[in-house]
Amino acid sequence: MFESLTEKLESIFKKLRGRGLLKEEDVEAALKEVRLALLEADVNFKVVKDFIQKVKDKAIGKEVLESLTPGQQVIKIVNDELCALLGGASSRIQLSPNPPTVIMMVGLHGSGKTTTSAKLARFFRKEGRRPMLVAADLQRPAAIEQLITLGSQIDVPVFYSKDTKNPVALCGESIKKARLDARDILILDTAGRLHIDEGLMAELKNVKDAVSPKEVIFVADAMTGQDAVNIAKNFNEQIGIDGIILTKMDGDARGGAAISIRAITQKPIKFIGVGEKIDMLEPFHPERVASRILGMGDILSLIEQTQSVFEQKEAEKLQEKIQGESFTFDDLKEQLKKIRNMGPLENILNMIPGMSNKMKGVSVDGKELVRTEAVINSMTLAERRNHNLLNGSRRKRIAMGSGTTAADVNRVVKQYVELKKMLKMFKGKKGIKLPKGLPF
Amino acid sequence: MGLFDQLKNGLAKTRKGFVEKVEAIFSKGRIDKETIEELEEALITSDVGIHAAQEIVNFLREKIRKGEIEDTLSAKEALKKEMASLLGSSAPVVLFGERPFVILTVGVNGVGKTTTIGKLASRFASEGHSVLLGASDTFRAAAIEQLEIWAKRAGASIVKHQSGSDPAAVAFDAIESARHKKIDVVIIDTAGRLHTKSPLMEELKKVKRVVQKAMPLAPQEVLLVVDATTGQNALRQAQLFNEAIGITGVALTKLDGTAKGGIVFAIKKELGIPVRLIGVGEGVDDLRDFDPKEFVEALFD
Repeated sequence: MFESLTEKLESIFKKLRGRGLLKEEDVEAALKEVRLALLEADVNFKVVKDFIQKVKDKAIGKEVLESLTPGQQVIKIVNDELCALLGGASSRIQLSPNPPTVIMMVGLHGSGKTTTSAKLARFFRKEGRRPMLVAADLQRPAAIEQLITLGSQIDVPVFYSKDTKNPVALCGESIKKARLDARDILILDTAGRLHIDEGLMAELKNVKDAVSPKEVIFVADAMTGQDAVNIAKNFNEQIGIDGIILTKMDGDARGGAAISIRAITQKPIKFIGVGEKIDMLEPFHPERVASRILGMGDILSLIEQTQSVFEQKEAEKLQEKIQGESFTFDDLKEQLKKIRNMGPLENILNMIPGMSNKMKGVSVDGKELVRTEAVINSMTLAERRNHNLLNGSRRKRIAMGSGTTAADVNRVVKQYVELKKMLKMFKGKKGIKLPKGLPF
Repeated sequence: MGLFDQLKNGLAKTRKGFVEKVEAIFSKGRIDKETIEELEEALITSDVGIHAAQEIVNFLREKIRKGEIEDTLSAKEALKKEMASLLGSSAPVVLFGERPFVILTVGVNGVGKTTTIGKLASRFASEGHSVLLGASDTFRAAAIEQLEIWAKRAGASIVKHQSGSDPAAVAFDAIESARHKKIDVVIIDTAGRLHTKSPLMEELKKVKRVVQKAMPLAPQEVLLVVDATTGQNALRQAQLFNEAIGITGVALTKLDGTAKGGIVFAIKKELGIPVRLIGVGEGVDDLRDFDPKEFVEALFD
């Protein structure tokens, strides 16, 4: 759907390559594309307008750095400004010196408050704290049951009452209970509500006044459109928020709402939700979301994820192999194993710049990895080291031995050869350094 | 209160923001470049999308160039007409053919599938149809309990398995049971899933296959529930769900907020999928048939 902004700008600036200063007309042509990209990414219209003006002022007359093309230079300015707008490094949740620290989750219906509450509770529990969840959503049918189920999955107690319809009283009670049970973090899962529902917003304010939370967290869906500014503005003005968690970032929405919400509230984005499972909560990194909004992939996330799986030494060994061009089927097999430990393959591929485009319409099958491994296992050691040995009859034998078809074997060999080519390209391309531990 | 008034009422907040903008634009009297740009802005901030917005604006420009539009009033009429025609004709959910009429409900997480099903069940029940709900969201914690509460409210029966069981098997049993009890409408709830997760989309395909095994003509309706708050990604959702299982209609929820749900223009234009229902509140009765003319009329009135 989205053409990479980088590619678009590169084509605009193709004729300009090598000129010294960024000219007004060039910058304007480029920013037209940037504007389109931001609007396609759901950044609010007014926010885009202000942003473009700011970038324009900065870009015109700027010298193009030696190592960059003019297109890259504009992208760099845009990217830097976006990062600045999205806030500095990721900030953490403030803890109260007098426990329990009360965290209040607020937001629209379906933004993901209940799931995110459980994820946060799990996060604190893993840090060695003693969180407790409070089922303060007394509106939605079975919301209490949902939180109880999630609580039992992560072994965190849930405070609830099925008899009350009064969230203010319930939340007040929960603090007493937390003190009694020596719980140091209290997470209040409030009911979803419309930002223009005066009655329910007043109720939320009453809850806040009654429990004086250390942090009010605004939970927002990353797929939100232009209205994100109105929603965030209302919640911030009427309730007062301290931080933001963006949910459903594992989809393919560009997440422009992040920029709109930041611009309107000036409050930090603390975490992002990246999956339905309870451990899928990640710290927020402005630079990653910026490049995602601009359609430039998320190489940093990939690197970090890779590093946690790969041991440094192994990574270095791989680096050597790639540089020495002695990348064998055995190495491929090792890497595949690692990849399987990193989570769903689509997630990983989508993080690679330019890949999300290329992967369009290609469904990635986890089972294919298993088949690939089986094929490699059926090769002789000599074959694994030298794919040129693999003639027709050898391929047939491998297919028989691995319980796959000749077509499968051909596919694996072809992929291997292409991978090898790609790795060479990585090596050859000036300016691109292969991140340490990259599995391919 | 007539349906039109009800719709206007439900859309009051949606209308307000948009109308204020459009009124402000048209109150100028003369049409100039700036007016057109402001109009484009109003369309974009309603989540119509940059491409659809440009198309609508180009249409107006062309009319002005040809001299067919001179004042703001005729511009407004032309715009209304163009936008209504983009949405096509009215297409509510109509029960037809062999019973049970099976509605498969799908969508991403948190759009309001279960709530929409609850309201839809109540509506069919109040029209005198017997309704059965299939609890195929076996993934989300307490989703089955939530559907049970709605079933009780609507006076519908429910077929459920254990949490974590095979959603396709639940759907199959729901249809078999409905056939047995001669029930008119089966509405199947499914777990919310992001359209980008291929294993989950495969699961959905399987649900559809198994539904067809139970009843070859079913599902007669595949309803994609879309949150009006969603931006351009809603088009992606519609595209990918449509590719996977074929969508026959859209239910646009949460129109009672300030979001405009303008993405339905793009969904209709790109995929030809009509909006059938709109959700304008949390009450049982806050599910309405979508009427393109009234929708646009209410936006501009």
